[in-house]
Amino acid sequence: MAEVEGADAPLCVLDGIVKRFGDLTANDHVSLTLRTGEIHALLGENGAGKSTLVKILDGLLAPDDGRILWQGRPVTLANPEEAASLGIGMVFQHFSLFDNLTVAENIAVAMPAGVRLRVLNKRIQELGDRYGLALDPKREVWTLSAGERQRIEIVRALLREPKLLILDEPTSVLTPQEADNLFTTLEELARQGCALLYISHKLEEVTRLCDRATILRGGRVVATCNPREETPQKLASLMVGSAIPPLRDRDHRPADVRLSLRGLSAPPAELHGIALRNVSLDIRGGEILGLAGVAGNGQSELFEILSGERAAPDRGMVLIDGEACGDAGIDARRRQGAAFLPEERNGHAAVGALSLPDNVVLSRHATSDIAPSGVIAFDKARALSDAIITKFDVRTPSPLADAGKLSGGNLQKFVVGREIIGNPRVLVIDNPTWGVDAGAAVLIRQALIDLAAAGTAVLMISQDLDEIFAIADRIAVIHHGTVTAPVDARSVAREDVGLMMTGGQGVSHAA
Amino acid sequence: MRLELIPRRDVSSLQRSLAPLWAILAALVMGGLIVAFLGRSPLAAFRVYFLDPLTDPWALQELAVKATPLIIIATGLVYCFRANLWNIGAEGQLIVGAIFGSILPLATVGMESAPWVLPAALLLGALGGAFYGFIPAILRVRFGVSEILVSLMLVYVAELTLDYLVRGPWRDPKGFNFPTTPTFESFATLPNLASEGRLHAGIIIALICAAVTWFVLNRTLFGFGIRVAGEAPRAARFSGFNANRMTIAAFVISGGLAGLAGIVEVTGQIGQLKPAISGGLGFTAIIVAYLGRLHPVGIIFGAFVIALTVYGGEAAQIALKLPLDLTRTFQGILLFCVLAADALTTYRLRIVRGVTA
Repeated sequence: MAEVEGADAPLCVLDGIVKRFGDLTANDHVSLTLRTGEIHALLGENGAGKSTLVKILDGLLAPDDGRILWQGRPVTLANPEEAASLGIGMVFQHFSLFDNLTVAENIAVAMPAGVRLRVLNKRIQELGDRYGLALDPKREVWTLSAGERQRIEIVRALLREPKLLILDEPTSVLTPQEADNLFTTLEELARQGCALLYISHKLEEVTRLCDRATILRGGRVVATCNPREETPQKLASLMVGSAIPPLRDRDHRPADVRLSLRGLSAPPAELHGIALRNVSLDIRGGEILGLAGVAGNGQSELFEILSGERAAPDRGMVLIDGEACGDAGIDARRRQGAAFLPEERNGHAAVGALSLPDNVVLSRHATSDIAPSGVIAFDKARALSDAIITKFDVRTPSPLADAGKLSGGNLQKFVVGREIIGNPRVLVIDNPTWGVDAGAAVLIRQALIDLAAAGTAVLMISQDLDEIFAIADRIAVIHHGTVTAPVDARSVAREDVGLMMTGGQGVSHAA
Repeated sequence: MRLELIPRRDVSSLQRSLAPLWAILAALVMGGLIVAFLGRSPLAAFRVYFLDPLTDPWALQELAVKATPLIIIATGLVYCFRANLWNIGAEGQLIVGAIFGSILPLATVGMESAPWVLPAALLLGALGGAFYGFIPAILRVRFGVSEILVSLMLVYVAELTLDYLVRGPWRDPKGFNFPTTPTFESFATLPNLASEGRLHAGIIIALICAAVTWFVLNRTLFGFGIRVAGEAPRAARFSGFNANRMTIAAFVISGGLAGLAGIVEVTGQIGQLKPAISGGLGFTAIIVAYLGRLHPVGIIFGAFVIALTVYGGEAAQIALKLPLDLTRTFQGILLFCVLAADALTTYRLRIVRGVTA
């Protein structure tokens, strides 16, 4: 055998990997070397082939050509279990969790048989303490926020003591403090000899954390570099193939109050939910109000009551354009000129098994000519869907494709476009760019800025402080169901907002 | 050793629509084996069961008569099953529909002519079934009671109620103490479509039900809501559909159609109430619904396939002395095969040796 075996061999070598789907070559002779103890970034736009490569490494897809060498030996990875038994762990961007099971049970199903739940509970807590991934093993997953769910995925992978850990956009739902903790975790793991393959589009993170970066574009490796020696701008242009346009700025010219919350208090709808306590906010036309907060502090509860998916305890607690609508359903509020977009794309904002035009019907049947008198005009839904695809640059296999066939970023562009193309006067949007790549994120944020510039009141709930500071005019913080008074985004320090997100008093409560 | 189901990549819609055909083929092979074990020729059984009925015009009419209630019930079940609601009490809804629908025909026995009775009876039958379907729905919505158990147990309530009525208050005084009601007047029964044979207007009602259901599910906002509620309940709420109202609507429609099937059976071919008017049509329709892939057109085919097994079963009993229970067995095998074919279209079976992986 020609390969170097034993201690000198790299942990894992991907050699000339080719994967085709019909006419599309998702991976075109991709080669990548992973060494123990390194944090290796995998960068690329949506559709660059990152997910395909990762799925091959996780045994979910078989390559059409090329070899995988593990510690110098060629291996075939027939399924994720084989990959796991070699020591390849995976933290997915989309969670693969059972909602009705507890945290510990979800972790147990991924463990070899014979692990006792009580022992597991203890190990979960140990890992949680050690790596700052606090989790209550007995809580049921459906009560958890996206951020907490991701911690389960990370703990689940760590419990199997992987030699190579693959992380797909791991910080997309973490606060800066949580992300810092994660980086400490990852650096510690690397020191202990674990190799990490880190997929991200947050280039600051990559330049800070990673020792090496492989950049994919159009299925090919376009560069391998040391990210610490490059600027984020350079990496971004390598990824996209051209420079990413910066966000166009605009004047902050607030007009009349369009969306108000007046002393909103609501008990939690679910057993482990968060109670909202005396939330008051005024959002004016022409502004973007960024609501920062760690996942699971009442954001989803607030969104439900704002959208009308759940009625407010009192009619006067929610006002749209001055009209009390706390008891109105979501369609009634849409007819008042409001639009809503929840955090979760799959199964909430969109249905994967339905076509794109059907997904337009999903949220627009009350506010368009799609379904006059209850009969759906599919040609009109199709026309609207096509307009969204064109205007928001949605890459789809076909205009009638099921939503589930689109990549995360493209589906998010589609659902954001679906809400924005109706020119709402109020938009409530929860984590608009969660887990999408740089190109899509810029497009979505620019669309929100343009919408506000046209006079819409935008309430953007986000766990991504970069995003909030990039586009919000005013910033409020949600913590344990209470919301601080908004402050001017230009006059508040990032650290102060970060502190308020964890319950500290960062700034005086000036309006 | 254990079995694992691994998702297949890229399953074409052609493969999906062919799945029921594979299921029927597999069920035929298994049925043939059972016949062989019983000491009869599988080929002869196949001829009696499936070929003879399809070549005889009288038998074709009979097939349509048997398929009629199955089509009506199964199209109703689609509303529930598509919304992930498990109405398995169509049998009870059918019986209550038959009871409600028989009130007017029984009250008009002996009258000269009253053409309004038949449409009113059909309407009342549907209302009776709808009311009976409403019970499990409201219990689920209000108290979170399993609709599976309630709808199933209500079947027995309905059966015993019918039994009480035909043996008690509604018994024909001139019926020599047989537990039957008086026979309906001819104006209160569905007209025959052919001068010879038993084909009645019920098949037209069934085809209309299937066509309307196709339209509702594929073209209306309500049908869209049913589909979304089944696929993703949170998305349905986001879309503005009230889950409780959808549950009730699906059950009421489903029960209403089962009730309609009940009164169509009674006014179409029985002509009176008896202790047993259905013989499990409401349960057989579940097989039909899945054989038809929860699609109205597929259901029409599925109903005829099942009707064929019923008719063929009767013929085989006479010609080959095969027990009638074999038909039930075959229907059961068919349902398993349909479900397995669905699963194996979506997943690939892998046998893993050893206790753990």
